[in-house]
This record gives sequence, structure tokens and C-alpha cells, in this order.
Amino acid sequence: MNIVVCVKQVPDTNEVKIDQKKGTLIREGVPSIINPEDKIAIEEAVRLKEEFGGKVTVISMGPPQAKDALIEAYAIGADETILLSDIKFAGSDTWATAYTLSQAIKEVGEYDVIFCGRQAIDGDTAQVGPQIAENLNIPQITYVMDLNIEGKKVIAKRKLEDGYSIIETSQPVLLTVLGDLNIPRYPSIKRVVDAFNNKESIKVWNANDFEVDEGKLGLDASPTQVYDTFVPTSDHEAEILEGTVEEKVEKLISKLKEKKIV
Amino acid sequence: MDFNLSKEKQMCRKIYKEFAEKEIKPIAAEIDENCEFPSENIKKMAQADMMGIPFPQKYGGAGSDTLNYVLAVEEFSYACATHGVVLSAHTSLGAHPIYKYGTEEQKEKYLKPLAKGEKLGAFALTEAGAGTDAAGVKTTAKLDGDEYILNGTKIFITNAGAADIFIIHAMTDKSKGTRGISSFIVKADTPGFTLGKKENKMGINASDTRELIFKNCRIPAENLLGKEGMGFKIAMATLDGGRIGVAAQALGIAQRALDETVKYVQEREQFGRPIAKFQGLQWEIAEMATKVEAARNLVYKAAKTKDEGKRFSKEAAMAKYYTSEVASYVANKAVQLHGGYGYIKDYPVERLMRDAKITEIYEGTTEVQKMVIAGSLLN
Repeated sequence: MNIVVCVKQVPDTNEVKIDQKKGTLIREGVPSIINPEDKIAIEEAVRLKEEFGGKVTVISMGPPQAKDALIEAYAIGADETILLSDIKFAGSDTWATAYTLSQAIKEVGEYDVIFCGRQAIDGDTAQVGPQIAENLNIPQITYVMDLNIEGKKVIAKRKLEDGYSIIETSQPVLLTVLGDLNIPRYPSIKRVVDAFNNKESIKVWNANDFEVDEGKLGLDASPTQVYDTFVPTSDHEAEILEGTVEEKVEKLISKLKEKKIV
Repeated sequence: MDFNLSKEKQMCRKIYKEFAEKEIKPIAAEIDENCEFPSENIKKMAQADMMGIPFPQKYGGAGSDTLNYVLAVEEFSYACATHGVVLSAHTSLGAHPIYKYGTEEQKEKYLKPLAKGEKLGAFALTEAGAGTDAAGVKTTAKLDGDEYILNGTKIFITNAGAADIFIIHAMTDKSKGTRGISSFIVKADTPGFTLGKKENKMGINASDTRELIFKNCRIPAENLLGKEGMGFKIAMATLDGGRIGVAAQALGIAQRALDETVKYVQEREQFGRPIAKFQGLQWEIAEMATKVEAARNLVYKAAKTKDEGKRFSKEAAMAKYYTSEVASYVANKAVQLHGGYGYIKDYPVERLMRDAKITEIYEGTTEVQKMVIAGSLLN
């Protein structure tokens, strides 16, 4: 089974502070990590490879320092990792990012399953995965929390806000995964050492290394325009009910009655 | 001297830190209280190739070096000193002598499973009458055909109840004193080899420390490590390396005690302000932090010296002597600056104080380290 995983290096938002005046993230000195749901995607890919054999290729688009994310992916068990890094890719929105990643996936060649995390913690768009599937003209299953592969058949359980749905399709398929799917293993120290000793373990491709239409790259080709960024405010007030279960239920019912909901 | 860690080591440190934070820290107080050996975590460490960090990959190791291994012991000990000593005794004392002195067959058979973490290692020199004075070893090994017969009792053996493979030191020729000591590889399931009582310790309570009892225990002659009479040399060289591990353990304890204190003094208010605002206390913090930093430089330097293939006995002894005393000093101060809260088990500093003390004692007391240091300077 040939598996491709798309990952993004993001600032660790547990450590990120927000510049209240500018409404932007203060990224200085903030450690970078593999986007948590992308790490779930890598783990799932490695588990499938361990079960069915095959190869896991991890691709990321980003600045040169995104190499660290790929070293970690390699240490978790990826066979090959590719960093798409070129000044021409800079400023890409989700559309241009998905285009660039799709072209790289075509260059990689045969694939049966493509994994993406549901969304990145720095942008929360959840668009890149589905757009890659559209570009490659393959089925997609998003929000995957449970997965079964039987031959060429793919059965995935999706977790939605109002319930679950189970979808069956066939390979090739693109799946965007949730944190519920697995608990990623710790990277192997041995493979970290290998990644640093073997320069081949992380390939770096620029715009000349795979087939791309230069008019579809980077900021200029990105239809999204950012007019403003701001810290979301909430006008909802939450109240946490205290006490024993009985007391809490009683309080809840009286509140609901008060609001004339029941 | 380059004080910066390579990118590779920075990444490994990040992995150790995450492992310690998620897997070790949450159980540290509980396993201390229940004296429970952390078997599950040792398996997880093995899965991430952390049980043979400095050994070549062809022997099942991660293919890295002593400094990388020191980072692991430091970070694990930061969360729980027991995890630090389990890793240190396994790597430096159990596996390393086989790597350094073993035959290819011995490496294949014993080092590989140790370095992969499939088996746990331990080392036994100490006896009731032989600690600092190794010549007092009374355990004997007598050659009988193609077997050695071991008789005697070892005490205070780290990892004893959990280990699969032991390095045992025994007298093959009493008349030669320390030159009559030999080292052997002994499997835990060898008939005639039993475990004695588990020690009830002051600290590192989750580590399994016991007596080893040998009664006509027959082992294959091929399990002799090195040659007959080399045991003292093997033990001393092994302990040189082990001391770097203990120093790293002490460093982890000291750093944790400092960090806990820095956090606490900024939260704790007395006389209407955080106690960190009092200069007397600031001076204590400054002293603790400086000692920890100096200790770190000694520990990393000892590790680097070993990695460069140079003689490192003096550096290891200095690192162990100084860092273990710093760990006790800083942990003691941490308890003091936490006041009454420092003395109860809801806060981790009382455990750090108990755990720190052993680092001044095992694998050569502070006094022994000073003998080694002076010995390297004086003829």
C-alpha cells in the first residue's frame, strides 16, 4: 500500500501569545511542532504500512526550517519525506497550497491512500485536504475517527457535530483525520540519528523539481485576501453548575425553566 | 568548547522531555509511594529506542553517543529519579561492559537484546564487606570443566528484581586481591541464582534494589567477560561511565528542584507580596541556579570527553561529586523555600530531597570521587 501524508509545521499554540493591538500571533521564540492532527495522520499511515506493507511518503510545504517536522515524521516511521520549499510558494493560501501539494503527490506517483490532518491549529481552515482530493479527482472522507481497510475497500467513521456517519469507498482515497483515531507513538531515537546521518531521508524540492504551473503558485495565485485578523470575542457567558449529580440536574432544570426552554 | 547542542540532540531532548512530561511525571509520586517498578514505561522507552542510546545500531542501539544518553537520563530524572537510575544502571552498568569487553558472540547474544530494551540489565560488585574496597569481594567463581560455579551474595543491586542480564563480579583467585576478580554475564533465570529481600529505601523508591544470592550457580565458561583477573579493571572502567549517568540523574533532580522553587516563590504571598520579592530569597535562587548551571557544564563535558575517546575518569568523578552535592543542596533549599508545603507529599520537592541523597552515595561515594580526582593529579 502506497501512502502519502501531508503535514504542516505550526507554532505550538500552547505557547503562542496574541498581540492584542495588532491581533496577530507573536511567533517569536515559540517552538514549532507538527500539527497535532497531522501527527495522527502519520501514525495511522505507519500503522497501515506495518499491517499491509508498502511505503509511507510524508510531504510538507514550508520554509527550510519545516525540515524539522519531516525529521520527526521520519523518526515516527515514514520511509521518505519531501519538503516543498521555494520562495515562489510563499504566501500561498489554502487553494495554492493544495495545488502545490497535489502536483507533488502526482510526482511521487502511485498512491492508494492520502492522509491529512483535519485542520491546522494555526489556521483552522480544514480546506487543504478536501482541495487536494478535488485536484486529484479522488474520493475524500473527512473527520475520520475510525478506519477499516479491507482489500481496496475503505470504511471510515466520521465524527460530526450532530452525530456519526460511516462511509465506504474504494482506493485511492483521501482521508482527513481527527485526534480520536489513534495515539501517536514517540519518535524513535534511532531514526532521529538516521535522519541526521542520511541526508537522503529528507528531500527538498523547489518549483523546478516537479511539474507546476507557475501562475498557480504563491501569494499572487491565492484567491484569499486577508483584510484583517482579530481575536474572537464571545458574548456568551458560561456557568458551571456545582454540586452532586442530583443537585446539578435540579439546578439545570430550574435554569431551563427560568429561560422557558422547558 | 562548544556549549551548543547539535540539532540532532536538541530534537532528541525534545522527545525525552515530551516522554517525561506525558508518561513519567504523572505517575512519579504514585510509584514512589507504592515502591512500584515502572515496567510499562520501560517498555515504552524500548519502543522509542531509548534503552540503548549510545550503542551502535549493529548491536541494537540507537547509534548515538554518551551526551545524547545523558540528556535522556537528565530529562527522565527531572520527572522521576527512579526512571533515570533504571536507564542509567541498565545502559552504563548492564550493557556497556558487554559492549566494551564482550566478544562478538556475547554482544550478539546479550548486548543486542539489552540495547533494544527487550531485556533489562544490572551490575553487581557490592557485597556486605566490599563496597569502596573492591578487594573485599567474597563471592567466588570456580572453574569446573566448561562451567564456572558461583557462590556468594551481592547487596544493594539496582534493577535487581526486574533485570534479565547481570554483570557479576566474583573472585577467581583470592590470592591476587583485586587482580583475582573476574566479571561474568549471568542470566536471571540461571538455577542457583535467587533474589534476596527488596530494600526499603529513603528515596528512588520505585527502583528495585535487592540482594543477589548465588548457591552453586553454574554458568557457561563462555560467559566470562574479558579474561580472568580483569574484573576489577572492568568494574572500575564501567563505574567511570556509570558516574556520568548518576551525574545526569542528579542534574535532572537539581533542575527540577530549582524550577519548582522558581514557580512557587512567585506564587506564594506573604506580607502582601510574592515571597520572590524578598531579596534574601532572590539570593538563594541565584545561588541554586548558578550551581545547577555549573553542574550541567561539568556533566556535559564529562560526556563529551568520553565521546571523544579520551580518558574521562577525572571528568566523570568531578561531574558526579559536584552534581550530586548540588542536587542535595538545591533540593534541600527547595524544601526550605516551600516552607511547610515543602515537607508534605502534595508537592514534589520532598521526593526530590530524598532522591537526591543517593546520588552522593552510589557508584562511588563523594569521598571516592575525591580519591579519583586527587589520584589523577598526584602521583
